[in-house]
Amino acid sequence: MSELHGRISLAEKPPGIEGAGFFATSLEKVVGLARKNSIWPLPFATSCCGIEFMATMGAHYDLARFGSERLSFSPRQADLLMVMGTIAKKMGPILRQVYEQMAEPRWVMSVGACACSGGIFDTYSVLQGIDRIIPVDVYVPGCPPRPEQILDGILKIQHLVETESLRRRDSPEYKALLNKYGIE
Amino acid sequence: MESAEQSETLTLLTERFGDSILSTDVHYGILSLSVKQAAIVDIIHFLYDHPQLRYQYLTTLCGIHYPELSQIAVMYQLHSLENNKRIRLKIWLPEDKPETPTITNLFAGANWMERETYDFFGVVFTGHPDLRRILNVEDMTIFPMRKEYPLEDQTREDKKDEMFGRLPHQHLRTS
Repeated sequence: MSELHGRISLAEKPPGIEGAGFFATSLEKVVGLARKNSIWPLPFATSCCGIEFMATMGAHYDLARFGSERLSFSPRQADLLMVMGTIAKKMGPILRQVYEQMAEPRWVMSVGACACSGGIFDTYSVLQGIDRIIPVDVYVPGCPPRPEQILDGILKIQHLVETESLRRRDSPEYKALLNKYGIE
Repeated sequence: MESAEQSETLTLLTERFGDSILSTDVHYGILSLSVKQAAIVDIIHFLYDHPQLRYQYLTTLCGIHYPELSQIAVMYQLHSLENNKRIRLKIWLPEDKPETPTITNLFAGANWMERETYDFFGVVFTGHPDLRRILNVEDMTIFPMRKEYPLEDQTREDKKDEMFGRLPHQHLRTS
């Protein structure tokens, strides 16, 4: 047991009241803690940023350290949509459908210049940023971004997941945000 | 200058289609002919059926826009696999009504190439079994490879022309 303690790190417990045999805190904080450390990402990789993501998932950078060991290749079980690469206008409706198939709560990370803004592809056939069709939580710049930057984006997502109010997804503000994108 | 074999091909074509050949040239060793639009299907059939020439493989087919001539050209490149010889044919269509018969009856592979040419240049291939856009989004209203349409996405706000050392709308036709 003592040997293990040096090698694994435990998630920090949220603030609460502790006593002999009990620990009291708010449900929101516990749920946030659990969600934060068990994000299932759906990689939507269309080009070179996807290659950087492969490195991020590899042993050297190892996204699994942050609780995202299990990638979800079905949007229905995914928590986080990671869009990595150029999205052509023809791909737009497909990306949107993938987003709509995800269950709440869901987060979106836009990786790389192309997904964020169209990047160098300022042309009639390329979507000039995925935030034109779906809401985005975290933008990772770079062309392509290094795995460290993608990890940094994941940490930012983790922070959002941890601190999000349990009622946020039912709020009129959130509904208005989705309506802005024409999503019911 | 054309080789002896190309001269022979040219003689055969001139005998049959002398009035329809506008000009001939050799580009990168490939015999290249500008021909009248009305004769293109007959010429391609002739090249296909001729017992010696046997141009039975369609390498490619594409559109080219010449805004200074107000014309859209369609280029066909054929390959004779038996003789390992290539030939290039070019027809000229008016910009405002580019129309020419399909060659899908002869080459099934021309189907997608003609759809692509329609998609990007608006060339209508009459008799084509399924002439609709192939690469661009279905609801696109323009033919993007025509020069009057700018390359850039017009809704992008973060790119200003002066950042790239160009005048606004420099890429648009001035006429």
